[in-house]
Amino acid sequence: MRPFTYERAASADEAVKAAAATPGARFIAGGTNLLDLMKLDIERPQHLIDVARLPLGAIEPAGGGLRIGGMATNSQVAADPQVRRRYPVLAQAILSGGSPQLRNKASVAGNLLQRTRCAYFYDTSKPCNKRAPGSGCGALEGLNRNAAILGQSHACIATHPSDMAVALVALEAEVETLTPSGEARRFPLAELHRLPGETPHVETHLIPGELITAVVLPPPPAGGQAYRKARDRASYAGGLASVAVAGARLALGMVAHKPWRATQVEQALAAGATPAEAIGEELKDAATAGRNDFKVTLTARLAMAALAQAEGDAA
Amino acid sequence: MSSVRDWEASNPIKEGRQGVFGKPVDRYEGPLKVTGAAPYAYEVEPPSPAAYGVMIGAEIACGRIVAADIAEAQAQPGVRLVWTHANAPAQAPKGTRKHPRSTSPSRPALEDNRVAYFGQPVAFVVADTLEQAVGASHLVRLSYAEEPQNSDFHASLAEAVDPPGEEDVEIGDFDAGLAASAVKLDETWTTPIQNHVQMEPCATTAWWDGETCVVHTSVQMVKPAQHGLAETLGIDRDAVRLLTRYIGGGFGGKGQTYDDLTLAALAARELRQPVKVAFTRRQMMHGTIHRPATVQRVRLGADRDGRLNAMSIVTWTHCHRDGQFTEHASNFARSLYAAPNRLTGHRLVKLDLPGAGPMRAPGEASGTLSLECAMDELAEQLGLDPIELRIRNEPEADPETGKPFSMRQLVRCMTEGAQQFGWDRRNPKPGQVRDGRWLVGLGMAAAIRGNFLLPAKCSFSVDVDGIVTVRQGMTDIGTGTYTVLAQIAAETLGVPLEKVRVEIGDSELPPAPGSGGQFGAATAGSAALDAGMNLRKALAELAVNDPASPLHGAAVEAVAFHDGLIAVENRSETLVDLVRRSAPQGLAAEGEIRPAADARNWSQHTYGAHFCEVGVDPVTGETRVRRMLGVFAAGRIVNAKTARSQLTGGMIWGVASAIHEGNAVDARYGSLINQDLAQYMVTVQADLGELDAVMLDEVDDKANPLGIKGVGELGNSGAGAAVANAIYNACGVRVRDYPITPDKLLPGLIRAGF
Ligand SMILES: Cc1cc2nc3c(=O)[nH]c(=O)nc-3n(C[C@H](O)[C@H](O)[C@H](O)COP(=O)(O)OP(=O)(O)OC[C@H]3O[C@@H](n4cnc5c(N)ncnc54)[C@H](O)[C@@H]3O)c2cc1C
Ligand code: SF4
Repeated sequence: MRPFTYERAASADEAVKAAAATPGARFIAGGTNLLDLMKLDIERPQHLIDVARLPLGAIEPAGGGLRIGGMATNSQVAADPQVRRRYPVLAQAILSGGSPQLRNKASVAGNLLQRTRCAYFYDTSKPCNKRAPGSGCGALEGLNRNAAILGQSHACIATHPSDMAVALVALEAEVETLTPSGEARRFPLAELHRLPGETPHVETHLIPGELITAVVLPPPPAGGQAYRKARDRASYAGGLASVAVAGARLALGMVAHKPWRATQVEQALAAGATPAEAIGEELKDAATAGRNDFKVTLTARLAMAALAQAEGDAA
Repeated sequence: MSSVRDWEASNPIKEGRQGVFGKPVDRYEGPLKVTGAAPYAYEVEPPSPAAYGVMIGAEIACGRIVAADIAEAQAQPGVRLVWTHANAPAQAPKGTRKHPRSTSPSRPALEDNRVAYFGQPVAFVVADTLEQAVGASHLVRLSYAEEPQNSDFHASLAEAVDPPGEEDVEIGDFDAGLAASAVKLDETWTTPIQNHVQMEPCATTAWWDGETCVVHTSVQMVKPAQHGLAETLGIDRDAVRLLTRYIGGGFGGKGQTYDDLTLAALAARELRQPVKVAFTRRQMMHGTIHRPATVQRVRLGADRDGRLNAMSIVTWTHCHRDGQFTEHASNFARSLYAAPNRLTGHRLVKLDLPGAGPMRAPGEASGTLSLECAMDELAEQLGLDPIELRIRNEPEADPETGKPFSMRQLVRCMTEGAQQFGWDRRNPKPGQVRDGRWLVGLGMAAAIRGNFLLPAKCSFSVDVDGIVTVRQGMTDIGTGTYTVLAQIAAETLGVPLEKVRVEIGDSELPPAPGSGGQFGAATAGSAALDAGMNLRKALAELAVNDPASPLHGAAVEAVAFHDGLIAVENRSETLVDLVRRSAPQGLAAEGEIRPAADARNWSQHTYGAHFCEVGVDPVTGETRVRRMLGVFAAGRIVNAKTARSQLTGGMIWGVASAIHEGNAVDARYGSLINQDLAQYMVTVQADLGELDAVMLDEVDDKANPLGIKGVGELGNSGAGAAVANAIYNACGVRVRDYPITPDKLLPGLIRAGF
């Protein structure tokens, strides 16, 4: 780890001010991702602004839905009675991620902004356009068993590893932020993350120094909900693929550089297609990198299972 | 030299009068470890504040370092030294053995500019704090001249040769036997590289006390570590005091030492200050040894009744270009099933990968993953129950050597296990049983692992408080050595467990070979019994010759020890009284064990049978172990709790080998892809339902005077095959490429119509 300075922000306003004023500054919440990456010399912030203790942890009703503070922990969200009753897909998604210890530390904002688990990104001796822009992509012709199948580019085939974000996208959540100039913004969560294109190191549409203050859930959609995740072991494992279903909406996880709203499935289903046909629509554009061919099939099968489970949930 | 016959005599362990032998005694150091009170090597408090060393691994697999720029790193605050091959202190050249009886030669660190494997420690930074050292390590700039490397095992099978000094073992005429068989099987299995991933990485705290180098390090074998360091430093072996008191897992990976030890000792000498060095989790993956990958071809030929006529297993494996380790995955098969025509052997490929070496149940752990599945496949071809097939091929004597078995209860393990597990509920037709979203299947496999005894010494003493102290240069790698030695001492001297102290893990103690090859408890324990018997004799002589003792004048042979008393019939006194009165300085005795001269006249193994119930999700190909039972026959059990933990731990490793664990090589770089515990999958609690290990009553008098055998590796053997067989029974898909992950199972599931 390289030397850095540290401060604990007293308020959200101060946090963004400090971020705007200090070059190389980064927010830190639970630190479960950022600290790991700092130890490996992948992230090199010069200054950390600790936002974990800001009063942004409340989970409260808002406009028929729910506002979840950006600093609520993953454990708190998954255990919240409102979440469990009205948004079970979110609780299921969170509980399928990491381990209890991680979820106790991990914040909602941090979870959204966690970085890929691509092994080449983690190994600083390997080329990686995300870690070292222009160095190439180690995964492209490497051991890419868990690489993206949708929306990837020749510059990067990594996936976004969050479970929680997949459920939030299916629930059509919005993100609330504070910009570096102190303005509050609100936009669909589905627009938070970018596809890799030529610049895989730029992962979101946030302005540098912009603080995520909350995630807002609209009222739950009519119909059942379900989250299914396939993984290499039963716990403490990132997914090979995941599917969140919320009513008529569906999102896919670990298949793209961002949580993937499966709009083509939704449209096809609405137009009367069978689940298999509908999923086929979404996956007809899937491209694989050699070792991850199975993810197309797996995603399709998982999506059908999740749809059936959600139907059962609705009944 | 002794004969195994000498071991048939009765002794206090067999009599078990104190009632602690065999009992589920808690591990003495368990509470210390889980509360953080047990100082691991890195946590040992040195006599003055330590500096912190950090190693830097090579970023190429093969080549030379052509330039090393350390100026910026050196200039960082708190940095005390930065070493590469260019400025590291002189050490004995690699392989030096100045003392002819050194159990290990020198292992210099940063020896030259040569890089022989990815991750090889090539630079070293010491600073006042760990953070400073890590920070400065990022500023060391090394330039390499890369040379062509080959790390692609599967692409190199054609280059494989017989391992040094070995050739295939053929009994009868294998080809003819196979050709003449009515039912045949010829399949190939592959297993991946596995890393030991011990909870505690390799680490050392070192300081110099005058001319003596004191090192606390994490290692399974004391003497070779001490000797190797002395040879490297070019000093007397006695000038190295090596301690290894608490060890957080070894599994064979700590059967040797690494550069943390050498560099800590060198830097402590240079800086005249204690130095701590540890591998990081990522560095452990490349910087220490691994279990190499294998390709195993199994051929079986049987008659229609299921009697094997021909059996062959040939293993291809790899080791480092400069090494000669061979994963002997075929060897166990030489003693397992009867078949008149047999062929077993190994082929070795040299690669530019880090060093291959032993890992828990070397050979068996990998080898049973093929043969024990092949037996399952053959049983299906024959329409026989897999247990029945094995019973029909149960040999009367060792099928290769013809030697009698010292003790073999494999059939009993299988039949008792079948009954306890409910094997009769297994539907032999695969893919038939559903439970909700899961396809459910049952599988079994046999387990075998050799049993060994090595030479060892031990000393016992008793003091005026009646405390019996066991001293031995043995190690406890988490297996329970402290505890079983205490049980042996308590039983031998007839004192309660609380009256026993055990001192191990120190090069100044009587030497024992350490922990490995499941020989630890039997070897260390047998030496302890001998020391205890000698102390008994000394105490008895003291009493009968002491006019003040109520035992005065009695025959030494008549003296008994129990409950802290020394007694002859109804005359007795306490050990404390005797020692206080007659030996106020305390009393000590030495003991030792050596393998019996005729031990090799028997084929000696431990056995078991694994039973497993899995659920396979037909949608995703995910597997969960719902139930697993192992039934084992491994001699007399010293401690029901630690033995069970060893066995279930081995079984869990088998589960991991079947469905989770393995590292993959990116052959472009000669490096392993999984470098942390999030990526390197070992089985977690959530993967497992019920798990139990049952130990049959057994005494193997040919094993050692205690009649005990090893259990540390037996659990690994066969466990993975039982899981793989259960997967097949659940869904009708055979995957012969381990681990059986969802991506490998899916195509078969789809073909099978799920
Ligand atoms: C071994 C392991 C396994 C895991 N498995 C899973 C899994 O299966 N599924 C899953 O979903 N996740 C998994 N995770 C990821 C885990 O969920 C994330 O590490 C965690 O959610 C990050 O939250 P944090 O608060 O600790 O973030 P931090 O590490 O503190 O920060 C992460 C990033 O978010 C930024 N940030 C933090 N707060 C804010 C804010 N308010 N506004 C703007 N930026 C902010 C930081 O600057 C940093 O870039 C795993 C993690 C580990 C270590
Ligand atoms: S896939 Fe992306 S993250 Fe992985 S190596 Fe390529 S560029 Fe880096």
